[in-house]
Amino acid sequence: MKLPFLPNHDDSSFFDFLTRHHPALTPVGRSGFVQAQATGDPMRGGAMSVPHATTVLAIKYQDGVVIAGDRRATEGFQIAERRIEKVFKIDEYSAMAIAGAAGPCIEMAKLFQVELEHYEKLEGVQLSCEGKANKLGQMVKANLPMVYQGLVVMPLYVGYDVKRSEGRIFKYDLAGGRYEESDYHAIGSGGKDARNTMREHFLKSLAEPEALKLALLALYNAADDDVGTGGPDLVRGIYPTAKIVSGRGITDVPDPQIRSIYDGLIATRRSKEI
Amino acid sequence: MPMPYYVSPEQMMQDKAEYAKKGIARGRSIIAIEYLNGILLVAENPSASLYKISEIYDSIAFAGAGKYSEFENLRKAGIRHADLKGFMYSREDVTARSLANGYSQSLGTIFSQEQKPLEVEILVVQVGHNGHANEMYRISFDGSIIDERTFAVIGGKAEAIQALLKEKGLTQPPDLKGALSLCIASLEQIGSQKLSLESLEVAVLDRTREGRRFRRLSAADTKLLLGT
Repeated sequence: MKLPFLPNHDDSSFFDFLTRHHPALTPVGRSGFVQAQATGDPMRGGAMSVPHATTVLAIKYQDGVVIAGDRRATEGFQIAERRIEKVFKIDEYSAMAIAGAAGPCIEMAKLFQVELEHYEKLEGVQLSCEGKANKLGQMVKANLPMVYQGLVVMPLYVGYDVKRSEGRIFKYDLAGGRYEESDYHAIGSGGKDARNTMREHFLKSLAEPEALKLALLALYNAADDDVGTGGPDLVRGIYPTAKIVSGRGITDVPDPQIRSIYDGLIATRRSKEI
Repeated sequence: MPMPYYVSPEQMMQDKAEYAKKGIARGRSIIAIEYLNGILLVAENPSASLYKISEIYDSIAFAGAGKYSEFENLRKAGIRHADLKGFMYSREDVTARSLANGYSQSLGTIFSQEQKPLEVEILVVQVGHNGHANEMYRISFDGSIIDERTFAVIGGKAEAIQALLKEKGLTQPPDLKGALSLCIASLEQIGSQKLSLESLEVAVLDRTREGRRFRRLSAADTKLLLGT
């Protein structure tokens, strides 16, 4: 039965509903007018210069996952934004971090938040952790045409699987491929540097404070070697952000705690220079 | 060529209304009542999984009486309407008034243009915060919309329960426990049978919560709350 004056659609996905009935509101909706400026090299940012967001990572520890990211967005050789937030709480048990073109990245995070809430309200139950990760993969896949316009969106998804009682990390490729990581992962221009640090220091079943410390160290090292990644900005008091994903839900690590960890880290580094 | 029988528009509307009313009268009742910190919704519902009360958005809830498949369809359309609006503009721009208007238009059009009217009566309620008042809209099968204060009742015995609640002459909103026992007492008195807590579907829109203010109360929660 069709309902006049109200939106009609057949399944429980908000993303599919938008794609079908309001395509202009989806990230792919802008493909029409960017077409003219396309250059064909997916990794170069096309002819347009859009702010790019950079190093984000996730590390498993004994009760869940730490997910963290730096705060810098660059536009060519300029810094476009110093306080951008790249780690998002998606629902009660999941968070995602993004790398790529800032605008579409934030849009995808927002769309994914609505997607999960929409499903939960329509169906009366939450999607499983696996289901959420798959849905995000489909959204990344749908964004593929935009990649050729230079608008890359690369998420890192972290969820607490309530049925298995463990935190899980999922990474993606541009075609929507979804891969589960067993220990840690980092993406973005400084992702490799962050992974190198984590590889050296990671242990199974870390405690929460150690995992957080390792996450912040990895971000620090990435910022050291990668121009696109911002380190702690001591003058303005801007620090990377981190969230804890565990059975208690998603908690923000308070700024003072991050600041004190960096104070310790910087003091150790400084002592090596004397 | 055979001529179709002439039926006057008055007669047709009357027949449809009677048909819809009959369908709704078979259903059980649902009460929405303002309490100190928000709005309480109580439905008689023997099923623990087929809900009559649902969350629509941050501070908006829905309740439907009558034919399940029909109000379920309306509920889903309402969630789509709200999520779309919230995504397109912002979360604070999603209002019960706009949703109730959509429902009213939709039900009204179906009532006048379709062969069979929808056999439903629905409630759209919104808890007010930051000093704003609550809003409660009752929408009938023909699209007529009534803006209720203090309490609203839909379903089979709606009128009797409404009269009973009016008699109580609530001047101040009761606390949650008071509101819940009042609802249960009214449902029991009109249905003239004792209700077990398991046969009730209870939910609140609690203005003291952040973000999504809708919360279901399980039988265990209500038991704890009533102290029985």
